[in-house]
Amino acid sequence: MTGKGMFAADVSFPRQLHMRIVRSPFAHGLIRSIDTQTASALPGVVAIWTGDDVADIPPIDFRLTRIEGLESYRQHVLAQNRVRYVGEPVAAVFATDAYVAEDAADLVDLEIEELPVTLDASDAPTEFEPGRLTEPAVIRKGYGDVDGAFGAAHAVVELDLSIGRHSGVPMETRGAIGRYDAARDILEMYGAAKVPHWNRDQLARMLGRDRTAMHLHEGHVGGGFGIRGELYPEDVLVCAAALRLGRPVKWIEDRREHLIAANHSRQQCHHVRAAIDVEGRILGIENEFFHDQGAYVRTHAATVPDLAAAMLLGPYRIPNYRAVGHIRLTNKTPAGTYRAPGRFESTFVRERLMDAIAARAGITPVEARRRNLIASAEMPYKRPIDTLGTEVVLDSGEYAGLLDKALKRIGWTTLQDELKSRRAKGELVGAGLGIFVEKSGLGPFDNVKITVDPGGAVEIVTGAASVGQGVETVIAQICADTLGVDFDRIRVIHGQTDRIDEGLGAFASRVTVMTGEATRLGALKVRQKATEMAAELLQCTVDELGIVNGEIRKTAKASGPSISLAEIARHLLPTSKTRGSREPGLTGEGWFFSNHMNYPYGVHVAVVSLDRETGHVAVERYLVAYDIGRAVNPMLVEGQIAGGFAQGLGGTLFEEFTYDERGEPMNVTFADYLMPTAREVPALDVLICEDAPSPLNPLGLKGAGEGGTNAVGAAIASAIDDALGVPGAVTQLPVTPQRMRDILDRVLPEKR
Amino acid sequence: MTKKTDVTLNINGQTHNVSVEPRRTLADAIREDCGQTGTHIGCEHGVCGACTVLIEGVPARSCLMFAVQADGKAIRTVEGLAEGGKLHPLQQAFMDCHGLQCGFCTPGFLMLATGVLEREPDISDEDLVDVLSSNLCRCTGYQNIIKAVRMAAEQMRSS
Ligand code: FES
Ligand code: FES
Repeated sequence: MTGKGMFAADVSFPRQLHMRIVRSPFAHGLIRSIDTQTASALPGVVAIWTGDDVADIPPIDFRLTRIEGLESYRQHVLAQNRVRYVGEPVAAVFATDAYVAEDAADLVDLEIEELPVTLDASDAPTEFEPGRLTEPAVIRKGYGDVDGAFGAAHAVVELDLSIGRHSGVPMETRGAIGRYDAARDILEMYGAAKVPHWNRDQLARMLGRDRTAMHLHEGHVGGGFGIRGELYPEDVLVCAAALRLGRPVKWIEDRREHLIAANHSRQQCHHVRAAIDVEGRILGIENEFFHDQGAYVRTHAATVPDLAAAMLLGPYRIPNYRAVGHIRLTNKTPAGTYRAPGRFESTFVRERLMDAIAARAGITPVEARRRNLIASAEMPYKRPIDTLGTEVVLDSGEYAGLLDKALKRIGWTTLQDELKSRRAKGELVGAGLGIFVEKSGLGPFDNVKITVDPGGAVEIVTGAASVGQGVETVIAQICADTLGVDFDRIRVIHGQTDRIDEGLGAFASRVTVMTGEATRLGALKVRQKATEMAAELLQCTVDELGIVNGEIRKTAKASGPSISLAEIARHLLPTSKTRGSREPGLTGEGWFFSNHMNYPYGVHVAVVSLDRETGHVAVERYLVAYDIGRAVNPMLVEGQIAGGFAQGLGGTLFEEFTYDERGEPMNVTFADYLMPTAREVPALDVLICEDAPSPLNPLGLKGAGEGGTNAVGAAIASAIDDALGVPGAVTQLPVTPQRMRDILDRVLPEKR
Repeated sequence: MTKKTDVTLNINGQTHNVSVEPRRTLADAIREDCGQTGTHIGCEHGVCGACTVLIEGVPARSCLMFAVQADGKAIRTVEGLAEGGKLHPLQQAFMDCHGLQCGFCTPGFLMLATGVLEREPDISDEDLVDVLSSNLCRCTGYQNIIKAVRMAAEQMRSS
């Protein structure tokens, strides 16, 4: 804020080289030749690498949800013989100046023989390469007797739905700086984020180094959202080049590259059916979907389709279920996760289905949901499926209670009257809702090291990462509360692999839950150690002591002798005489293990009005009600929800990566990839509830990172239907103005 | 490489004599040649506004200008906002209103808002939203940014 931030582009080293990637201009083709001669002759160019130069480096592996069949679809750091999407790295130029590197990259001459492209994941599979199809795996989840349920159904509702391709698109593009310190034989990478420890292990493995000789450093991170921090080809290239060229190598992505080369997300088509009884109760759901993975399977492997299949059931009682998810490769940018991965998509599908069920059963959308919600008495509720390697056990929830609260907050009944009278005057206005279950707190572990130094400053080192979501604040707050120290005395170090051996980073809304609890446990240890030492010095028992503002004194007395944590730390110095046989240092390590995720849940309510002429969908009001068990810092939680909502809004109304028939990307600048601005994002009402704390951790925490995004597509689609008076009018996201006009033409031709 | 030209960049009252290629953007010159990395680059196409600086008091996108075009002009960047260790009212308001998360867009918003509030201290709430919609933020959903700027505007008027 004062200009002192240290983002990747702000990191520079003496004698550094700049890397520029030459990218494929074709969506599919065979590389016939790469001529680097003219480019190499440019003064300042130090090296140019093509696929052959890095053929010894293995493809980038999977971090999560590895399933059989995907391995041979991984991406190499530079294309080997064949290119599969526009933007695929084909060569890397290293030069003394960034402008020169770019000039040289333009001079690299590619001869590529174009091949036919595959662009639609729901078409029949084609050949990925000879002998292998573009469908490497099919995900199957389910339980019960689905066919029996459909056989016995009073009615069946059926929908075809699709979600557009969009992504996190943080304001800071990616960046990586590799540096080899020959004196210590340490290879460093700056610009790491999200999962520095996992990336460290992979880089070490890919480059044939010990993991202790590979250090990753996270600086300030300009937004994560799922996309940033995954291991990408460029990260590997700067490290390999730093090692081989013996000079620091810096790579900063430009925006066009970002929009075609960093992970895309979301694109899926679903054919979903529900069997219902006469009252609109669900007997069974069957869902077949096609997941557009793009050109390669990246670090997330099957994460997104796996989550989509598992989380589709949301907060409802579904006695019988079958999901079949086809993972399909296409000649587009590879896909990964984006905030609420698999849930933004599946919530849209499920809640569209609930609206359709309501219409079919002749009940209101609210009533259709009420009849199917899992009751709080049924918690914990075990679903006979798993995801991300954990069983799905909904840990706690007052689903119907939250629905009531949300409807009350927005004034649902009065709102209905208002909307009715506005519609009578010819306005196209409506309200809709979406209910969802999120997941958070993915384990299996997290750890922190806490040290109080002899000056009284507290340092917390964690293997978690910060992507701009306020991790430091939450961690420091939990430590301050547990240890009894002033928040301002605490410094949180994260994302530095040389400071702590293990860490899982920041993803899946896990940090507050996992790192938060590890912090509490570590702080308790420090507290114990400090009060034991103090009890001896103050000649009392540990139980009599409390810590306030870093001062330890008897709790019974407001005054009287006290001793500060700083003094205790000095008593525990290795040379201290008072230390006795205690281990030196006022330190404590906290480990927290968890095998289950927990499940926050929420309700979104949207009020929209439609413009007949322009097809513009104006969101007049929006409510997010979210139960996260316990909110450590409500301001940060609200900030997360507001930001998540804006992103959900983008994916619902504006943002989409589209391709022409040759696989050429159409959205390569911010002028044609439209993100919401201050004009489009309405004031948001946030209702944070703490009615169902998680039984899985002592503070009752659940993560809050993704609930603002989850049901935006669902709620707005429902509101648009309501405004049109036509249930099921919206079947595709995003509802761009063009699509909205098409819908208007179709469903209300007389009103145009 | 093209021939370099000498230019004088006057940033926050400090003179930087640098030698740059004519094609070097002002954003790159400010960051790389003058070491003021608080000005960020988010798109290089003039859309996101992360690179906004004030030139002779007027907000400008430094990614769309060449350094040579700013020769001798008074440039203000985020580094110059706080005075004597005291945060500018806008910075303080961003902090109080949680107007930033990752902070990448913040320098651009601060400079945009500074330029506007200095010129138009009485700007209406509606117009303010219009002005702020010329920059992009991906983290906050904008509400807290708008709140912060409104709060600072009030403070700047009353002081
Ligand atoms: S970097 Fe200048 S407007 Fe985006
Ligand atoms: S705070 Fe992250 S982009 Fe605005």
